[in-house]
Amino acid sequence: MEIDPLIFRLSIFILSIFVGYYVVWSVTPSLHTPLMSVTNAISSVIIVGAIIAGLSGNSESIFNTSSIFGFLAIALAAINIFGGFLVTQRMLAMYKKKKKEK
Amino acid sequence: MISANLSAIFYLISGVLFILALRGLSSPETSRQGNLFGILGMIIAVTVTFLSIGNFSTGFIFVLIFILLGGSIGAFIAYRIPMTAMPELVAGFHSLVGLAAVFVAISAFLNPEAFNLGTKGNIKLGSLIEMSIGAAVGAITFSGSIIAFLKLQGIMSGSPIVFKGQHPLNAIILISIVVLIYLLCASQSSNLFWVLLAVSFLIGFLLIIPIGGADMPVVISMLNSYSGWAAAGIGFTLENTALIITGALVGSSGAILSYIMCKGMNRSFFNVILGGFGATDSSSSSVNKEQRPVKSGNADDAAFLMKNASSVIIVPGYGMAVAQAQHALREMVDTLKKNDIKVSYAIHPVAGRMPGHMNVLLAEANVPYDEVFELEEINNDFANADVAFVIGANDVTNPVAKTDPQSPIYGMPVLDVEKCKSVLFVKRSLSPGYAGIDNDLFYKENTLMLFADAKKMTEDITKNL
Repeated sequence: MEIDPLIFRLSIFILSIFVGYYVVWSVTPSLHTPLMSVTNAISSVIIVGAIIAGLSGNSESIFNTSSIFGFLAIALAAINIFGGFLVTQRMLAMYKKKKKEK
Repeated sequence: MISANLSAIFYLISGVLFILALRGLSSPETSRQGNLFGILGMIIAVTVTFLSIGNFSTGFIFVLIFILLGGSIGAFIAYRIPMTAMPELVAGFHSLVGLAAVFVAISAFLNPEAFNLGTKGNIKLGSLIEMSIGAAVGAITFSGSIIAFLKLQGIMSGSPIVFKGQHPLNAIILISIVVLIYLLCASQSSNLFWVLLAVSFLIGFLLIIPIGGADMPVVISMLNSYSGWAAAGIGFTLENTALIITGALVGSSGAILSYIMCKGMNRSFFNVILGGFGATDSSSSSVNKEQRPVKSGNADDAAFLMKNASSVIIVPGYGMAVAQAQHALREMVDTLKKNDIKVSYAIHPVAGRMPGHMNVLLAEANVPYDEVFELEEINNDFANADVAFVIGANDVTNPVAKTDPQSPIYGMPVLDVEKCKSVLFVKRSLSPGYAGIDNDLFYKENTLMLFADAKKMTEDITKNL
């Protein structure tokens, strides 16, 4: 008997929760704000779904109700991706070590 | 067009890169590299999606236009946003993830053929369940984050909004969401799908309104977690590994942050979520209303105390963010350091309006991160320090949490500020903090209250040093 692919996805999901658990506990508390902004950015990988949705129209009509929702989702996710990564970059650039005593 | 197997491998790679992005945050040195891993993972995921569709028609141009449109808005916001507004920004971004999840789910529901999920009105059962869970969680994330954003921005009052029958109402709505998902799967009716979305938006709104402003660190972390679960739900629908991995990572990340924040307040998660904290405390604070003497001083006195100290610990809180005093504070510390005074910063886990809020503000003001310490690292040092400079913090320094079992904050871990030889407390008035309780520290023999705006007071002290 074959195993339902859903079970494989569920396995990936459960294992990722554990990976996330251990990785996030090792994040230093002073970087918790960048952690939130970067998780924000990466969760916008939902854009892959939005792209599929946006391109779901056929060649005669690019825009139908379904693809319009797709395009809107693309824009929203793109705000998050660019905004999330760039603001994280901006924050992380500010964390500096003490300069050597003169 | 690349094969489904090949694209699945690339999605896996981008999932791994996202794990490395979070891993990088274990220290500030590796964090910048981590962020680049994250960006790389995103580029791979988007590119592979294009290649796997292989449809480079006019629609493709529109996809690029919308990416550029959203991207430039995002980049503009990222460069313009002041660091003090970071909690609002993150809440706003969460709402976008939630809404994007809802839109993708709507699109998949209306046109399941494009996603290989069956045909309209006859969507595969498993996909429909995943889709409706993703959509419901996304909608809750969206409306909840909007409320959090409005509260943080001050457009909506930060005080909890409570009414009679609130909890039973929420419980009924949550149960009805489960029932609706069941009915939706049984009937495939699009009307039920819209009702499900509407009800989910409503519950997101209702869940956050009773939670007070200072509990926002928990709320933001929790919504962070929700946005992850929503993404994972959509990931299952689309059978996309990158989304499933990311959703799980973000989901557990937000859950851990909520846990840390709750622990920092010694409150259970449910206590925070059920809300109303700080709204009904008038009775407990009025018990202790007799006037007690306080010593107040001016910038000159404070400068004198600090000049004669050999070590100073700074305790920043949300008030520092409100007054935008972080730069003035760092200038004051520079002057102190020139006089060979040892200065360190003590940060309580729930200081500010989001996890790590104070650390970012201090980093922005060029405070080196190795002078900034967490509660456990520095709490024993207060006994040996000469001066504690409390700027914009209140409840997190209240010794009542250690002494009075009747107090609502009893048991909360607090900074042992009172053990310092002297305490300088910058505050605008004697009003109690968010928890609505008097701070015993105000009346201690060795406390000098500095009644002024945090920024102005810090600047005045620097002048007097």
